[in-house]
Amino acid sequence: MELIINGEMIQLPESVKNVSDLLTYFQLNNKIAIVEVNLNIINKQDYETTTLSNGDKVEIVHFVGGG
Amino acid sequence: MLKIGPYEFQSRLLLGTGKYPNFDIQKEAVEVSGAEILTFAVRRMNIFEANQPNFLEKLDLTKYKLLPNTAGATTAEEAVRIARLAKASGLCDMIKVEVIGCPKTLLPDPVETLKAAEMLLEEGFIVLPYTSDDVILAKRLQELGCHAVMPGASPIGSGQGIINPLNISLIIEQATVPVIVDAGIGSPADAALAMELGADGVLLNTAVAGAKDPVKMAKAMKLAIEAGRLGYEAGRIPKKRYATASSPMEGMSVV
Repeated sequence: MELIINGEMIQLPESVKNVSDLLTYFQLNNKIAIVEVNLNIINKQDYETTTLSNGDKVEIVHFVGGG
Repeated sequence: MLKIGPYEFQSRLLLGTGKYPNFDIQKEAVEVSGAEILTFAVRRMNIFEANQPNFLEKLDLTKYKLLPNTAGATTAEEAVRIARLAKASGLCDMIKVEVIGCPKTLLPDPVETLKAAEMLLEEGFIVLPYTSDDVILAKRLQELGCHAVMPGASPIGSGQGIINPLNISLIIEQATVPVIVDAGIGSPADAALAMELGADGVLLNTAVAGAKDPVKMAKAMKLAIEAGRLGYEAGRIPKKRYATASSPMEGMSVV
């Protein structure tokens, strides 16, 4: 499956089926991260039930220093 | 006591978390400053470097309220999107609305700021808009229901201090919500002046992060803000054109 993650086309293995899998794949499970799929924010409790399809636009954002 | 929406704070210093030399200095500066509200920005994660350190993870989040900003937004819609992302973290419900209208001056776009504030208030956010020092705009924002207004002292990161103290004091005079002077503070004197004018708080970042010794400057800002506030509450003497003697006039015959 190919996803557009943070604006970049990325090839993912078959094992990645939902948002929870995606975060596991990139080892981001324990990070403070917020996920958006096709402009919809995904709540943490919905990570496993939110399935991903080829071409989905995913944003993974976090807090950085700022004023 | 500074009250913003349902929250109460002992400290009147709101501290930004950008541009520090390193996390250790930053952590110490944050601690020394006594700040209870810390601002952050929302940005894309580098997903290929999961182990990259993040300042937020080094903080005891029970001690601080997070105030994410919508920096990067140039329209109300973009600001609302960033605010929703920030809130989805489950870590905060306050938002600093920051909609920039010009890349060179980083001055806020008043029309988009007003629109974004309205939309976010409807969604239940605690809204603190960063605005210019326009007196009527500040009034319009507070009439919308914003929980504080944050007029800039001068352009972001410029360190020019309060360019228009008259406007800032007019904003304070009409305020029914806390006024936090945000952006442009350069020195402790600037921060003290904001507080002497009657501001409820000061938000700064570069003045501390960019100082030669950020930890010492964090302390200086804390003290300046406390001093300015005490001075405001104490009520300064009026300025007079000529001298008035401090020593009594009676018993002068000995001279």
